[in-house]
Amino acid sequence: MTRQAKTWLVIGAVFVALLVARGMIGQGLGRVYVKRTDVTVTLPDAVVVNSAAGIGSTTDSSTQAVGASSAPPSSSSPATISWQEWKQVTPLEFIAAQKANPAQTEITLSWSRTIGLWLAAFFTLAIFSFLYADNPLYKIAESLVVGVSAAYWGVIGFWDTLVPKMFGALTPGLVKSLVQPSLVAPERLQQISMVFALILGVMMLWRLLPRGGWISAWPLAFIVGVTAGLKIVSHVESDLMAQAAATMKPLVVSVTDASGSTNMWDSWWASVANVLLVTGVICCLAYFFFSVEHKGVVGGAARVGIWYLMITFGASFGFTVMGRIALLAARVEFLFDDWLWLIDPNHFRGL
Amino acid sequence: MSGGNFNNTNASARPWFERLDRIDRRWIFLLMFLAVSGPILWIGVTGKTLPEAPTLAARAVFQEIDQLPAHSLVLISFDYDPASAGELQPMATSLVRQCAAKNLRMVFIALWPLGNQVAQQTIQDVIGDDYPALKEGDDFVNMGYQAGNEAVMKLLLTDFAKAFPKDSRGEATSNIPMLKDVKMVSDFPLLISVSAGYPGSKEWVQYVISAYNEKMNFVTGCTGVSAPQLYPYFPQQIAGLLGAIKGAAEYESMVNESLAVDGVATAPKYLQAQRRMGPQLVAHLLMVGLIIVGNVIFFARKRRGAA
Amino acid sequence: MKRIIPMWIAIIGGFAMMLSSFVPLAESAGEMFADVFNVVAAIAFVLGAGSLAKQHLEKLSRRDAGWGYSIITLGSFLITLFIGLGKIGIHPNEQFPQAAYSGSNEMEGSAFGWIYEYMITPLTSTMFALLAFFVASAAFRAFRAKNTEAILLLVTAFIVLLGRTFAGVVLTGWFPDWASGLRLENLSIYVMQVFNTAGNRAIMIGIALGVAATGLRILFGIDRSWLGGGDA
Repeated sequence: MTRQAKTWLVIGAVFVALLVARGMIGQGLGRVYVKRTDVTVTLPDAVVVNSAAGIGSTTDSSTQAVGASSAPPSSSSPATISWQEWKQVTPLEFIAAQKANPAQTEITLSWSRTIGLWLAAFFTLAIFSFLYADNPLYKIAESLVVGVSAAYWGVIGFWDTLVPKMFGALTPGLVKSLVQPSLVAPERLQQISMVFALILGVMMLWRLLPRGGWISAWPLAFIVGVTAGLKIVSHVESDLMAQAAATMKPLVVSVTDASGSTNMWDSWWASVANVLLVTGVICCLAYFFFSVEHKGVVGGAARVGIWYLMITFGASFGFTVMGRIALLAARVEFLFDDWLWLIDPNHFRGL
Repeated sequence: MSGGNFNNTNASARPWFERLDRIDRRWIFLLMFLAVSGPILWIGVTGKTLPEAPTLAARAVFQEIDQLPAHSLVLISFDYDPASAGELQPMATSLVRQCAAKNLRMVFIALWPLGNQVAQQTIQDVIGDDYPALKEGDDFVNMGYQAGNEAVMKLLLTDFAKAFPKDSRGEATSNIPMLKDVKMVSDFPLLISVSAGYPGSKEWVQYVISAYNEKMNFVTGCTGVSAPQLYPYFPQQIAGLLGAIKGAAEYESMVNESLAVDGVATAPKYLQAQRRMGPQLVAHLLMVGLIIVGNVIFFARKRRGAA
Repeated sequence: MKRIIPMWIAIIGGFAMMLSSFVPLAESAGEMFADVFNVVAAIAFVLGAGSLAKQHLEKLSRRDAGWGYSIITLGSFLITLFIGLGKIGIHPNEQFPQAAYSGSNEMEGSAFGWIYEYMITPLTSTMFALLAFFVASAAFRAFRAKNTEAILLLVTAFIVLLGRTFAGVVLTGWFPDWASGLRLENLSIYVMQVFNTAGNRAIMIGIALGVAATGLRILFGIDRSWLGGGDA
């Protein structure tokens, strides 16, 4: 056995031992509780229940079409549809419910979410294991994130944009009956533009086929053109003109205090700040102006510009470090709070 | 853990700075992990947080929201995903809390595919738990996600309903009571964006605020990576800016102070950013220490080479 | 033909968007193009998903190195797609109970919501959190005060790192009021509002000029490199 394999084994064994020990102490660890709510909704009149299509069930969200009447709608017995909703609750609420009525079944342990929580912890540790060395666990987690994210984005794009906008314009009847009964009837222009979008979309998907990849150049051209048109106006307006205007600051500032008299100290420092800002912008622009040789006055300005840019990059580094550490802190909080139950900052378990 | 390939019999003869320079980076990883987890455990057990003094940029965010009359419309864009939630979720929570407490009419949108999910979670955590009297459709509405990035912003400039034809419940925009008088984005006096990158705060300034700077104000919370790039927009184009978890902690403390009730402790979920400043402090000290040690090694080596 | 038509599509689309900002009559054309763009962007997600599936299927069929992981990628991809597109386990919206697919995918307790909560969130968050470790290692190895510029960068980094935490208050909070500007927390604000703003503003202006120049080159048909095959 190699040294690295032995190290992995030792780390794993220590880890499992600690987990088992933690599980035996106090309230244990890593459990999720849910509260069940039974919902019954009356269907609108003259509607046939579409009970077969799309209503499946998972461990925690069971959906049943109960009381769906197969008889024609009548004023005597409105058709209803029922399902159960499961909302996560704190362990404290479970303990209180059990204390009030040990036979209650409204708040229970959720196996699917508890398994999910442990999987989430496992994935977190699998990715952290990369810090020690690249390993199959990390590669599995990496493969999962790629596959799941790609599909997730596709699903979101389909249901949130394609269905209401494209299918809503091209097949409004279908969308209205199955997805969005409140759909507004599309205008003729909207339908034409969605036909155009559909054609471009299909041409773009042609890229996946072995031949005819050049067809996807048309929608790509559309995207490039529209993006260029949008960016030219926006960048010139907000990043060029507005920024130039914001740089035009007074180099001598007079700061008056509450009594109306000039505060020399504050005025001096405000003036220095403006001078530094205006000088800095000009010098940094001088540095980026490569068409003129950086000699003499221009060279001096460029040198000062570099110093400003170094300060900018130092500030960016500091902020970047801050950002990354916050993300790490959030993951460590998840491990210690949600999974291991070592801390309880939100008072979910009464610790 | 051992350092690279070198002849072990010569290791003890190697100067201290050489040995330190060759240290396995995994020791540094371990130090970073301890620097973050130690304070988290300590704060988790004691409940103590560090005091925060709000800076100008964070105060500006608070004041922009505070000065709006009740029932004003606010557009809140969730332009981030769970990967950046560690930094941005605390500020999103506090922003929604202040808006709800001020009785502003909130319209939530998302320009990131996973932004809608984060928005739903925030709505449930803040409005669902603490402001149950607010009614969806009348007091707040979640319009969900739309693909297209800046093209969505372009559409919002002239036709809100075309950009977001329905809300997340499936209700057509034209049927939503609070949006009856909303034709375009400039009908919102305030735009709030919590953003992790592209599309986000920068694009809102470029495409929307530059067009409607006189009609609407814009405040934003952003990640540490984006914050330095947004400072040039402050305060002319961005009225208030929350940069990274520090900005979140400052703003959070202001909101908590303004909504404090005598004798009632602030709910722990509204102290998340302040809790995370603890590990920030220790980790930053570690970073400074590592850079100093690295430079000590550099200069020691240089002196040895010169000698 | 294969290059001329796409070029003209780009030119027409681009000028329509530009004109819609200045000419009220062109506003509806701009809206239409933006609407089409949004739908095409959503279809691009489908293209991305399809490309991923195609790439991993090819890897699997060729038995390339790491093909086992491709099975995991494809499996998770197909399962998520099936659950999401079929809205498995998602009940209709209470407002529209007659429409079977009216429920939201983001519903709590749904299988799709489970994937978000217990797969996407931990996997993506932890990927980003890894960077904190590498930043620390890089800072130790690479940040050397070799010259004036490097010293400026390091000093600024120290001011920001310390000034943005309670360490700044402890180290320099005792400075008297007349020297309050030298307190680390105030220094860090000053650095951001003056020096960082100046530097980033210059970068921003430069980028804006570059974007405008490149955009106009594309819209006038001068730059056709994006079509493939270089300028023609």
